[in-house]
Amino acid sequence: MSRNLVISLSPHEKGDESVQKIMWGVVIALAPALLSSIYYFGWNALRVVVLGMVFCMGTEYLVQTFMMKQKSTALDGSAAVTGLLLAFNVPAAIPWWQLLVGSVVAVGIAKLAFGGLGKNPFNPALVGRAFMLASFPVHMTTWPKPLENVWSFGVDAVTAATPLGKLSEGGVAALPNLGSLDFYKDLLLGRVGGCIGETAALAILLGGIYMLYRKIITWHIPVVYLASLAATTGVFWLLDPGKYADPLFHVLAGGAMLGAWFMATDMVTSPMTARGQIIFAVGGGVICGLIRLFGAYPEGCSYSILIMNAFVPLIDRAFPPRRFGREVTHG
Amino acid sequence: MRMKTFPQGGVHPPENKISAEAPIQVLDRPSRVQIHLGQHLGAPAVPLVQKGDRVRVGTRIGEGKSFISAHVHSSVSGTVVKIDDVLDASGYRRPAVVIDVEGDEWEESIDRSPELVREIKLDAHAIVERIKDAGVVGLGGACFPTHVKYMFPEGKQADTVIINAVECEPYLTSDHRLMLERADEILVGAQILMKASGVNRVIIGIEANKPDAIELMARKARSVNGIEVAPLKVQYPQGAEKQLIKALLNREVPSGKLPLDVGCVVNNVGTALAVYEAVQKNKPLVERVVTFTGRHLERSGNFMVRLGVPVSAMAARLELNISEDTAKVISGGPMMGKAIAGLEIPVTKGTSGIVLLEAGAAQRLTVQNCIRCGRCVTACPMGLEPWRLEKLAQLDRFEECEAAGAADCIECGSCSYTCPSARPLLDYIRHGKANVMRMRAERRQK
Repeated sequence: MSRNLVISLSPHEKGDESVQKIMWGVVIALAPALLSSIYYFGWNALRVVVLGMVFCMGTEYLVQTFMMKQKSTALDGSAAVTGLLLAFNVPAAIPWWQLLVGSVVAVGIAKLAFGGLGKNPFNPALVGRAFMLASFPVHMTTWPKPLENVWSFGVDAVTAATPLGKLSEGGVAALPNLGSLDFYKDLLLGRVGGCIGETAALAILLGGIYMLYRKIITWHIPVVYLASLAATTGVFWLLDPGKYADPLFHVLAGGAMLGAWFMATDMVTSPMTARGQIIFAVGGGVICGLIRLFGAYPEGCSYSILIMNAFVPLIDRAFPPRRFGREVTHG
Repeated sequence: MRMKTFPQGGVHPPENKISAEAPIQVLDRPSRVQIHLGQHLGAPAVPLVQKGDRVRVGTRIGEGKSFISAHVHSSVSGTVVKIDDVLDASGYRRPAVVIDVEGDEWEESIDRSPELVREIKLDAHAIVERIKDAGVVGLGGACFPTHVKYMFPEGKQADTVIINAVECEPYLTSDHRLMLERADEILVGAQILMKASGVNRVIIGIEANKPDAIELMARKARSVNGIEVAPLKVQYPQGAEKQLIKALLNREVPSGKLPLDVGCVVNNVGTALAVYEAVQKNKPLVERVVTFTGRHLERSGNFMVRLGVPVSAMAARLELNISEDTAKVISGGPMMGKAIAGLEIPVTKGTSGIVLLEAGAAQRLTVQNCIRCGRCVTACPMGLEPWRLEKLAQLDRFEECEAAGAADCIECGSCSYTCPSARPLLDYIRHGKANVMRMRAERRQK
């Protein structure tokens, strides 16, 4: 027996979950979407993803080592997730230096300035994306056409508007295929213009199911978010199908799937209890729907999540877990 | 059939019931025992012997004088050497009677025959007196004096006695073995408790990872009126009183109240056996079953151990060479047990098991930032927010700890177990809870 036994308080048993396992688990869950984005957007997609991850992990390492003077957590997987998600939220042809700016904002300002992992009120990748959209509106809305010039590095590839962009510009008339099976198939498989990781609804769903299986997330946020988006857009579609797109389109198009499964479920910036998560997701879905229907932007997913992020502390206060033995009548 | 369990919170650590197949062996008499005077919750017993006194097995050597206290009896025959402060599982030195063993003479009033005595002759009041005389305390680990549970305050009444045979702590198998080997006596013990509390219903709750015990107990209970066996889905901390009552009866003990407030009395299955021996055999509590186990050990076992025998006697009996690999020794289970400083600590009424952990499992992991994953909230069986309590306790904001329910914490450790950032949640919650209790005591004094 070792001469110095370890003395510590109970519990002496520890579950095998860790921050690293959770974060790298999210990275694995993003793999199907990554593969499909490489298939559709080619080298450029791979370039953006690699750069996004390197920039974000690099920012975390440099800021922590030289400014915060602490041991870097760049390899714990959370900066990798931020980099991956930021890359997924930009067009494949984005110039590298714009991505660098986005990464520095995402990790340096949205995450580390608030104290690092777990302390940030807003989803870092979404803050980075919002910053990039405001700063580089042209590049951020120039979408390479999928399956064209896949193996060239040029930024002057053939471009295609996103389905939501078309809808916003020209109304339902701009989407002649709306309602046809082929069109939904394109949305499911990702054969449409858009940010590199958001187009393939099916691949994202696959990753989401993996996270459910691994118990990294619960069903509450993604399912309720998408349901509430479908309900919000569905009401208007029922009122006037000639003017509004159907709810299935809204669920599959744009960033809704990626947002619901991977951005809104970010545990740092979402509520802790199932009840709170449902409120959070209902709010997100409604806001996303309203921005898409009536806002100036064609897409509202990022902003809906960022807005709901701000409510998380309030939601956590207002919807605590049910206390054992508190809500029973005495006697 | 859908098995019952408690609906909120809980975790499922690896069960590691390594010693489940090992029959209970009677440990040889040692040459010396150290019997602590405070082996129970409440005031320590007052010594009745002094140096040079000769005692026999069952001689009362300590008297529990306050309302919540228990008598202590000698577990051996021999001569009292001294009354000394001896290290116990809490890490403090506390008064113990040290006895050198000579022979094995028992008090004559004790019935040592192996016959099962089914007929319960005593009335409720006499039963409770007998339990008190025998120094019986809860053998699940909390060591609350058993007789006190059956002295109902004015106006309180029970309708159900629950026998806690859940044994939800990983590794421990002493209750499991007791049910397999002493089922008849346990059932008589349950009937005694039924009579003592004036109820006509006993439920024995057993987790599904002990199918042989469920089968045996259910078969034997069929011939006894009022006793039912309830299999439970394996989930920690089902053996916690409040969770067990919720699982079996769907009754919720209100915050700050006792099981009796919802008509229940809960006793450990080992306690039921001790009650049988106390009432039917007039035998005080002088020995108990202890599991000695560890994943890295060559052998593990279950032992009937006289109180006051050093833990190392079990290692010796198993012929274990406890090597450098062992980095932590736990008295009790790994979820709620206490890490002890060595194997020389004497077995007490609350020693349900001794679990040895190897070096890799003994150290805590590096603490990382809270990632707000909410796993601690989901795991808490009391519906608390461990992450919030941790923060409040760190900041010494004890009023807010109280409002957030720190006093409700049952210290099961599910939060710390489940935390991916390896945060010491329960450590801080204990700090908060202790200060909430202190504040409440001060308020009562004013």
